[in-house]
Amino acid sequence: MVGIAAWGAYAPRLRLSRKAVTEANAWVAPNLKAKGKGERSMANWDEDALTMAVEAARDALGPDDDRSHIDALYFASTTAPFADRLNAGVVSAALTLEKSIAATDVTGSQRCGLTALAQALSAVAGCGAKAALVAAGEHRKARAASAQELDFGDGAAAFVVTDGPGAAELLGRGSVTDDFVDHFRGDDGGFDYYWEERWIRDEGIVKLVPPAIRKALEVAGLSTSDVDHFCFPSTFAGMAATVAKAAGIKPEAVRDNLAAVMGEAGCAHGPIMLAHALENARENEVILVAQFGQGAEALVFRATGQGQRPARGVTGSLADRKEETNYLKFLTFNGLVEWDKGMRAEKDNKTALTTLYRNEDMILGLVGGRCRETGVVQFPRTRISVAPNNPAVDTQEPYKFADRRASILSYSADYLTFSMAPPNHYGMVVFEGGGRIMMDITDVAPGDVETGLPVRMVFRVKEVDEKRGFVRYFWKATPDRAALANATAQAAE
Amino acid sequence: MPQGIRDKVAILGMGCSKFGERWDAGPDDLMVEAYLEAMQDAGIEPTQLDAAWFSTHIDEIGSGKGGTPLSIALRLPNIAVTRVENFCASGSEAFRGAVYAVAAGAADIALAVGVEKLKDTGYGGLPVANPGTLNPQVMPNGSAPGNFAQLASAYRAKHGVSKDDLKRAIAHVSVKSHANGAKNPKAHLRKPITEEQALNAPMIAEPLGLFDCCGVSDGAAAAIVTTPEIARALGKHDLVTVKALQLSVSNGYESQYNGWDGSHFHTARIAAGKAYKEAGIERPREQISMMEVHDCFSVTELVTMEDLFISPEGQGWKDVLDGFYDADGGVPCQIDGGLKCFGHPIGVSGLRMLYEMYLQLQGRAGERQLANPVFGMTHNLGGAPASNVCSVAIIGQEGA
Repeated sequence: MVGIAAWGAYAPRLRLSRKAVTEANAWVAPNLKAKGKGERSMANWDEDALTMAVEAARDALGPDDDRSHIDALYFASTTAPFADRLNAGVVSAALTLEKSIAATDVTGSQRCGLTALAQALSAVAGCGAKAALVAAGEHRKARAASAQELDFGDGAAAFVVTDGPGAAELLGRGSVTDDFVDHFRGDDGGFDYYWEERWIRDEGIVKLVPPAIRKALEVAGLSTSDVDHFCFPSTFAGMAATVAKAAGIKPEAVRDNLAAVMGEAGCAHGPIMLAHALENARENEVILVAQFGQGAEALVFRATGQGQRPARGVTGSLADRKEETNYLKFLTFNGLVEWDKGMRAEKDNKTALTTLYRNEDMILGLVGGRCRETGVVQFPRTRISVAPNNPAVDTQEPYKFADRRASILSYSADYLTFSMAPPNHYGMVVFEGGGRIMMDITDVAPGDVETGLPVRMVFRVKEVDEKRGFVRYFWKATPDRAALANATAQAAE
Repeated sequence: MPQGIRDKVAILGMGCSKFGERWDAGPDDLMVEAYLEAMQDAGIEPTQLDAAWFSTHIDEIGSGKGGTPLSIALRLPNIAVTRVENFCASGSEAFRGAVYAVAAGAADIALAVGVEKLKDTGYGGLPVANPGTLNPQVMPNGSAPGNFAQLASAYRAKHGVSKDDLKRAIAHVSVKSHANGAKNPKAHLRKPITEEQALNAPMIAEPLGLFDCCGVSDGAAAAIVTTPEIARALGKHDLVTVKALQLSVSNGYESQYNGWDGSHFHTARIAAGKAYKEAGIERPREQISMMEVHDCFSVTELVTMEDLFISPEGQGWKDVLDGFYDADGGVPCQIDGGLKCFGHPIGVSGLRMLYEMYLQLQGRAGERQLANPVFGMTHNLGGAPASNVCSVAIIGQEGA
């Protein structure tokens, strides 16, 4: 019984107010006013497709240190930070997966998130893998004042696929491949170019998606009326209902595509809607997820009511929200404004690849050391222990920090140093169980940070080397808002 | 404990350039300015110098690496010149080298010179440093004020001090230094400021505002040291001698071991304890006559008052507000204006501090002169609170 054992999701905390965008652009694009409702998820400057995928994967995997059961990894995105460097390799290192795993980047179409999931299911079904991790992340690009800017969103979802009882059993898959070019993006990393909407809807989606759905249901031995949850992302309003009608799926099965609260996160959006459905589906309910892109991909699952539920999921991610009304900040974060970063931004951010590789588990995996003799935990791992009472030599074993609870010992909000989101918050973070790291604090505004604040670790962009096109990653602290809410609730009792 | 340096070496002469935005001068000009004053004060010829120590932190700015920048600028007679660098304690390191050479008998007369030409970088504050290949991949992209500002949050948490009280205390640190610096013709910033100005200044790194940060200045300072016997033979009397030179360097304890609370300098307490022992000082609050401490930021000076065991732990902020460190207080601190007003050319500051202590001990500090000082202490911190070098030096009247 191949299926989904666990799932997770991620949406950035920032939600850009669409009204703020349409008002700012009313002088040039008054026609966009109709799209001025709700909000879209907005990646912070230090988030990209890869970091969001890592966060979704962590949500799916849970906090356990042991991830040795994962033997295959699929990373899906059309906005991966590297065109030639295995992006899945970075995801793997961040998650401290085994070196022996198979890892693949899946890309090239808006349906590649579901394609990656389908490939993982096939690999497990065909005994090519025992436990595969699928992570789809998208940081969508759009020109300022475009309709896409309002429609798109950023986000990620992840699944652990195994053969055995889990959260959902795969019943069938259907694929259609047809070089129907509704939009495209060249390899210059620019923006999408779209053809006419009516042609895309009527000649593309309505004709190409139903055959994939029919095929998936046929394999599953089900009829369209059996579908309880129909997940179909589209930036066109009412498109899922239209497809459902064309395919014969009952209207009440059509799920909310989250357009109002997060926008459409490209290839990650089908997976996000699937993750959302898994949070709601009751035992034995049938979930159909499909996504369009040079054809279509469709997968049918039966929910079991079992499996590992994520700590956060789509619901939790969407609940952790901060409205952003500063459209200029959105443009700046997305590289759409040439702004004066000041002299302190002139420093050369060239990354020593030798140093990165030598310290891979420390930098990408946030792995420190624990002394076998004293139990002293430290970051980074060193040959001579930092324990003042026993500087033992060569006694340290790898020790993972990424999922430990932590709090702020000292901090500052720095207006002098260059930052994409000043003031730059950083401070000394101390971990429960030992260890401390001086690190950046992200997703905070002045006044948010204080000594004692509980924080958790998030994988983020550390710096961007614009001269060479290299993105540097590391871990940062962010307020553990769930722990804060719990503490507040307990105090109130 | 080793025998120590107490009274083995005397200061023969010192010099200090005018500090400030020295658009008119390169590093060589500044070195010459400080050197000529020191040589005149010592009353010796260049051929009497046996060795020299040269301190500069950012060698990319003007001066360059090695010993040649000093030797060429001063046209030294092909003697040994050693370049030292230890963050903001570099000037104190140069002094240590010269003093130890004399104490060891390797040199009869030795020279220490520090220089830094920060205003040729184009930055308002310190320039962005080159942190190597690993640090930038993990460490925050921080600045000096951002690193030192963290003392404030940890100090408040540890001692239960309110944000307002601490902000007022650190404001007073700066108000006091500006009042002192106004009387010093060689200081960079010479205008007194009010508490309101300090409290309401633009924020640099929370909670440090503009007036909580020291000046970025150009400057040079020099010291010539010898044995007390040679000094007397050269006609000097009422000698100022070296009582203690201590240096403590972080070993990762603060940044990697969960024993440090972030509110103080671990190394400063070690260096101060050793320095008092070396100098034979048992009651520093009563015996230390005056201090020049590393007030790179106002909060640094505040916690330093406790690290040097002058104020009881957790009480430093009250002593500051009570004026205990004002020019007319119990232990006057930053009589020359401190880093705050003199400015902080990194490789010079340790020597600049000693220059003021030396002038005071000789009764030559003019308008700033304190009554009958016996021991003067200097203190430098380099790096950041979680990973630093700390030097503590004590000089005083011979035999005190």
